[in-house]
Amino acid sequence: MTREQTRKIEGFIALLLSTLAALLGLFWLVFILGDVLVHGIKALNLGLFVNDPTPPGVEGGGLRNAFVGQLLITVCATLIGVPVGVLGGTFLAEYARGRKIARLISILADIMVSVPSIVIGTFIYAIIVRPVGHFNGWAGAVALSIIMIPVVLRTTEDMLSLVPWTLREAAFALGAPYYKVITQVVYRGAATGILTGILLSIARVAGETAPLLFTSFNNSFFSVDMNQPVASLTVTIFQYAMGPYDNWHEQAWAASFVITIFILLLTLTGRLIIKWRYK
Amino acid sequence: MARTAKKNPVDAIFSVVTAAASFTVIIFIAAILYELVHESSPAIARFGIWKFLSSTDWNPVTESFGALTNIYGTVLTTFLSLLMAIPVAIGIAVFVTEISPSFLKGPIGVAIELLAAIPSIIYGMWGLFTLSPIMSKYIEPFLKKIFSGLPVVGILFHGTPMGIDILTASIILSIMIIPFTASISRDSFNLTPAVVKESAYALGATKWEVVKNVVIPYSKVGVFGGIVLSLGRALGETMAVAFVLGNNHRITTSLFDAAATITVTLANEFAEADNDVYLSSLFYLALVLFVMSFITLAVAKFFLLRAERKYSR
Repeated sequence: MTREQTRKIEGFIALLLSTLAALLGLFWLVFILGDVLVHGIKALNLGLFVNDPTPPGVEGGGLRNAFVGQLLITVCATLIGVPVGVLGGTFLAEYARGRKIARLISILADIMVSVPSIVIGTFIYAIIVRPVGHFNGWAGAVALSIIMIPVVLRTTEDMLSLVPWTLREAAFALGAPYYKVITQVVYRGAATGILTGILLSIARVAGETAPLLFTSFNNSFFSVDMNQPVASLTVTIFQYAMGPYDNWHEQAWAASFVITIFILLLTLTGRLIIKWRYK
Repeated sequence: MARTAKKNPVDAIFSVVTAAASFTVIIFIAAILYELVHESSPAIARFGIWKFLSSTDWNPVTESFGALTNIYGTVLTTFLSLLMAIPVAIGIAVFVTEISPSFLKGPIGVAIELLAAIPSIIYGMWGLFTLSPIMSKYIEPFLKKIFSGLPVVGILFHGTPMGIDILTASIILSIMIIPFTASISRDSFNLTPAVVKESAYALGATKWEVVKNVVIPYSKVGVFGGIVLSLGRALGETMAVAFVLGNNHRITTSLFDAAATITVTLANEFAEADNDVYLSSLFYLALVLFVMSFITLAVAKFFLLRAERKYSR
């Protein structure tokens, strides 16, 4: 075999392996999503959304409490996390632009994004759950908001930095104070980007389980009292999937289906907005 | 910027409010560290640092706790998952940047992002109900047949394949971290200047030689940063492994044995810890995990920043 032939064969094998790797990645996606879809759709019915759980072992019942609880916790986390994140990002991109402190906070926020979420759960347990004396919904919402803040903060910073500096100068030249420039010019220019960041951060926290395990815990009854333990879909999935009953498993699949579709739709919407707006 | 901030009182207030919001990040990190140290201080006083880290005891009844089995499980599953994920992730990056026709690049990028967006609890449940039976019925007996007779390697494959074990957990973890490594590698590959690649092609290099000798050396800092970032993610992953690892506090050599990671121990035992030393030891574990992943992530960030600086020059 000549040298050219060996080089060509080596190249062919390497590129073939890369193609197989891409197919393998696609295979896992189809396998996991397909599995969730097939099992989920089979177990999906209206009763799931309107009934509360029955005692273990009794057929029927639904997950109304978990759906409502999940919504409640996620909405509260968003209400806490989004304002703090957006304002924090504003400071980094505007008032502290180019300063060392902005750089430091930005790097720390990037690290916070990937810090194990279960550690945040233990932290909230120590500062909220134990002083209060029992698990409660607010603790879960705060835990999720701590995960959310760095995500929103970093996207806000990036999006505000994309707004051309000359636009601010034009507003300054009209005599506007900086806060007016930010709220009426810069925010408008970056609104789509910030909104996308918020959508993606909601997608990120909506599937979190670990930080809820010892904060909002779980509740087999319907409750909208955020001062008491609140059921969430994710913790319910964990409990039901690990449990011994077949109808628990079915309901866990159905809940997984709903939450997966919700998160994937949010993610896709976010991606589409980015594509449509920034390309 | 600061000039206008002084003039207008509303502006002064707004700047202070935004500053306070951004400082929450620093406050959270400091508060997490402080609370974890504070809560684990009874366990630190009782077991010390080295003794805790090196002890394999985990016995709530005798109140004797050590972290080694958990650290071992965490490090082992993370290492195995990286071993499986890195080649696939880099292969995906090579495919997307060099091989795939341009109409496929977008959809594959979306597919990778969707894989990253699926919540970890879904991975965990899929692992328990779908992957684990496949592993115990087909793949693990097959591996056992091939490898268990061999010297040295055989140690990894003895025991009864149950599907709830280190191998299954590592595979799920590897599927979870493929998207992170792949997307960062792809972005780094994409930053290789076309001129450099074209010069290599002009010298008669094949596509693979361009990837191997030009693209990968050029982007290695970024790719390495991506790998370390995935490592940091894998260390702290909880729900994907909680279903299929078994929470077994023993140091085992076989991939077919159940084990425990720090995260799995926390998820299973934290809400049930019934005495102070037990709970304090769990906080101690959380502290160890926090420090481990924080350092890993900081290293990743360091390399990613270095790569960024290199490309922007």
